[in-house]
Amino acid sequence: MDVWEPRPLPNVTPESERYWEAASNDRLLLSKCPDCDLVIHYPRARCPDCFTETEWTEASGDGRIYSYSVAERMEGWPEADLPLVVAYVELAEGPRMMTNLIGCDPDDISVGDSVSAVFISTEEDNIGIPVFRPD
Amino acid sequence: MSESVYIAGAFEHPTREAPNKSTMQLHADVAAGALEDAGVPKEAVDGYFTAGVPEMEHSLTPLMAADYLGLDVAYADSTDYGGSSYISHVGHAASAIRDGKCDVALITLAGRPRSRGQATGSGVRKLRTVQDSYERIYGTTNVTMYGMAARRHMEEYGTTSEQLAEIRAAASHHAQYNEHAMYRDPVSVEDVVESPVVADPLHLLDCCVISDGGGALLVISEDARSELDRECVEVLGHGEAPKHHDAGRIDITTTGAVESGERAFTEAGLGPEHVDYASIYDSFTITVLEAIEDLGFCKKGYGGTFVADGALRADGELPFNTDGGGLCSNHPGNRGGMTKVIEAVRQLRGETSPEVQVDADIALAHGTGGSIATRHGAATVILGTEGIS
Ligand SMILES: [Zn+2]
Repeated sequence: MDVWEPRPLPNVTPESERYWEAASNDRLLLSKCPDCDLVIHYPRARCPDCFTETEWTEASGDGRIYSYSVAERMEGWPEADLPLVVAYVELAEGPRMMTNLIGCDPDDISVGDSVSAVFISTEEDNIGIPVFRPD
Repeated sequence: MSESVYIAGAFEHPTREAPNKSTMQLHADVAAGALEDAGVPKEAVDGYFTAGVPEMEHSLTPLMAADYLGLDVAYADSTDYGGSSYISHVGHAASAIRDGKCDVALITLAGRPRSRGQATGSGVRKLRTVQDSYERIYGTTNVTMYGMAARRHMEEYGTTSEQLAEIRAAASHHAQYNEHAMYRDPVSVEDVVESPVVADPLHLLDCCVISDGGGALLVISEDARSELDRECVEVLGHGEAPKHHDAGRIDITTTGAVESGERAFTEAGLGPEHVDYASIYDSFTITVLEAIEDLGFCKKGYGGTFVADGALRADGELPFNTDGGGLCSNHPGNRGGMTKVIEAVRQLRGETSPEVQVDADIALAHGTGGSIATRHGAATVILGTEGIS
């Protein structure tokens, strides 16, 4: 997978532009609450627990598979990248994040396996897409 | 003791494919059907509830629909929890009636996903919500999300594909007696697990139908009830709960039914042991499994063994979806809550096919609208035969 397109690009907002830009530089950012220490994904400007304004924190990129499902076919998806593995990865920092697992045979993965973030570039300079690869 | 509120009319559109009708036309069809069922004149309607008219890009739903239907109402509500909206609407209508805002509340649903070729479960849809940019960009669809929930439930509790398959098998056993059901042939557990895998571990027959159609309900006050010569059912309890991703702390093996069920049972002064019949939203087999656990019909994690023993069949411990449900009969507009209430009303009024008629005084209808694996609105109502309270 060299480039993300023709897969859908995110809608970038003032609230999320740093997240996507960081991903274009191979970094995974999370929101963190300076008051209650909650680590938050997807990113939000205010903590959804206490409404304090959040700060950015960089994730290690390490996680484990919380769950996954496999689609053999997917309309609008490049043939070469099927089957498509959709997963929740539980990040080392806590949040469970929706993503794709790449570079793996779906028959070889299991819930609990450790995975690491990799970043796919897009045709937009300031948007990268975080996905995960089994270790 | 608060005022009793009744469901006086319930109507399910007999169509499952409506290429030559508009969505609004179906709304009018079902509205007329529910009024006729109740024996209530159209001009008596003073409350209106609907959600998510899917063919409208903008969402001024109750206004557009009230205009089309010619409804002059004192109260309207468009709470949209996806497929469970209409179960919420029953509770919201009951509250509005008890508040004196209206006496005769009409609830309508209609949709034509089958004719529009809109298999909402299976393709990348246009990014709309803030969450879509973090979820749908990955090719996440309803089936893969529910597939993830099924896998996690299997991982934590040892649930099997065969146990999930029995949910479809039980629904199909009921559907054979419903002349309007989309799929009437009974299927076995083997048929389900041998059907094509669509989002591992879910098979094609773990998924609900895609159908056109709709339904409507008429919820009325005690005063309005006293003018009717019609067997009604009582609304005994309602509860709802949006359950969401929770900043990343989501547990996809548990649903908002934990809270919505508790709230509905508390309001009704009843418990799961009192329920004679249950309509459980069945977008996928796993949706049913998690809901019956969370509603307290069995211990958490034991849904698989509970259903495998035949509990969900018409002659079982918890007869469910005796119309064949969304899995076999109807899922109009990709929204299953309406038909759940309608079949519960049929059961309490003794109007189902004799083969699946339960001796029911207390019925429950429960919906899981949205996605079990990201965010959903859980809604529960408990209904009873008239005078049971
Ligand atoms: Zn906080």
